[in-house]
Amino acid sequence: MSIQPEQLKYCDSHEWVYAPTDAGGVATVGISAFAVAELNDLVFMALPSVGQKLAAGQEFGEVESVKAVSPMYSPVSGEVIEVNSGLVDRLEQLNADPYDQGWMMKIKMSDPSELAKLMDYQTYQKMISQHG
Amino acid sequence: MNTPQSGTNLFTPLHAWHVQNGGKMAPFAGYDMPIQYSGIVAEHTATRTALGVFDISHMGRLRFDGPRADQLLDHLLTRRVLDMQPGQVRYSLICNEEGGMLDDVLVSCLESPSGKIYFLLVVNASNKPKIVHWLQPHLADFPDVEFHDVTESTAMIAVQGPRAVGVCERLLPPAATKLGYYRAKVTDQMSKPCIVSRTGYTGEDGFELIVRAEDAVRVWENIFLAGREHGVLPVGLGARDTLRLEAGMPLYGHELSEQIDPFTAGLAFAVNLKDRNFVGSQSLASKSSSASGASVSKLKRVGLKVEGRRAAREQSKVYNADEKEIGSVTSGTFSPTFNQPISMAYVDADAANIGNRLEVDIRGTRAPATVVELPFYKRS
Repeated sequence: MSIQPEQLKYCDSHEWVYAPTDAGGVATVGISAFAVAELNDLVFMALPSVGQKLAAGQEFGEVESVKAVSPMYSPVSGEVIEVNSGLVDRLEQLNADPYDQGWMMKIKMSDPSELAKLMDYQTYQKMISQHG
Repeated sequence: MNTPQSGTNLFTPLHAWHVQNGGKMAPFAGYDMPIQYSGIVAEHTATRTALGVFDISHMGRLRFDGPRADQLLDHLLTRRVLDMQPGQVRYSLICNEEGGMLDDVLVSCLESPSGKIYFLLVVNASNKPKIVHWLQPHLADFPDVEFHDVTESTAMIAVQGPRAVGVCERLLPPAATKLGYYRAKVTDQMSKPCIVSRTGYTGEDGFELIVRAEDAVRVWENIFLAGREHGVLPVGLGARDTLRLEAGMPLYGHELSEQIDPFTAGLAFAVNLKDRNFVGSQSLASKSSSASGASVSKLKRVGLKVEGRRAAREQSKVYNADEKEIGSVTSGTFSPTFNQPISMAYVDADAANIGNRLEVDIRGTRAPATVVELPFYKRS
């Protein structure tokens, strides 16, 4: 798998989703390079368990930096079918590659039409450039 | 992610430098301040191992002139001022009549180059409006004391770390870099007037400089030129907080408030009651005598080392082995020096013994914690 930021959809809370049409309704979720840079100095991450059901906008985990704790929200509804559990012990991978090695969970979507509500790459870039 | 708060309308003389040099800015006490530049851990480590330079111009600087300035301040501060000699600095508290803390401050007795003796009070940025307002009736009682808020016309820079003396020897006259701990001097930085004090808020050796606002960028850049080969980094408020927490230093609004008295906060050393009458002294005297007998204050400020990787931050509840809630965390972070979460908390005095095993609630999950001696970090 090679996930490129340009192919992704984004939430305003900085999570990304990778859900190509040939993935059979499965969405891969992570957080953007901008979010990782803003957090800086990560020390802890909590991810959901396989089988957990999530609604769009529901908290699925948290990342903690020296400065603060930030919850992460699921961009879509569905059931967690796979978790990148090794990532919690290799947080440096999230810094190095938040889009490919840094994926966090895969969700079997219950309502793929939710994808249409998310931002595309250009819109997200515009949002973070205004963010400062 | 944090969204900027409104109400930022103050800028330090170094603001443009921070923005041009990668500072991530955020509002603090009305000022747009650098939270970090290269990263909290890098800046923290630079201060512990080499040199960190901080813009602390947001701190309030209040000047008192006149032959009775010492009498006024002696009436307002918990620490004795009347016996202060030029060059001395003292940590003190300002209390209300009930003995609650209005602020914690540094008071310096200084001698100008023309031989004039005056006092400088450095107060917390977030408390300055409150303190200036509170001062007014007391100033009216001492009409011969001249009061000036010099915060806006000056800048304040902290130079902290094991390389601070070496680097400052290239920037300041020998009399300044040879100052003892908690001593201060009016001198110059390459002919720009400068108040130097051997003080800080990091647990490291170092200096705090006060210069004219118009000289701030020059002095700041001179420090970076002199410190370049010594691993100097600019340090934001993020690492200032992790450094002071490791050093066990209280922060107003967290460990200190009007609801807490100095004894509960472990700051009895900053209260001189003998033969003195100052604002709050009667309340403090009764709290002090009862503290040794049947205690009024049953809480105590402690340090906690927390197991795991998650920090127990402000407002985390603390429990004893019997599941009883016995206190709460006032400051907590992941300590870069110890690679472990640390917190300061107020807990029941009978649970405050060093080595005591407690639990902290971190957003619904319990983590074991041990009471440890403050400060967490002491420089060797």
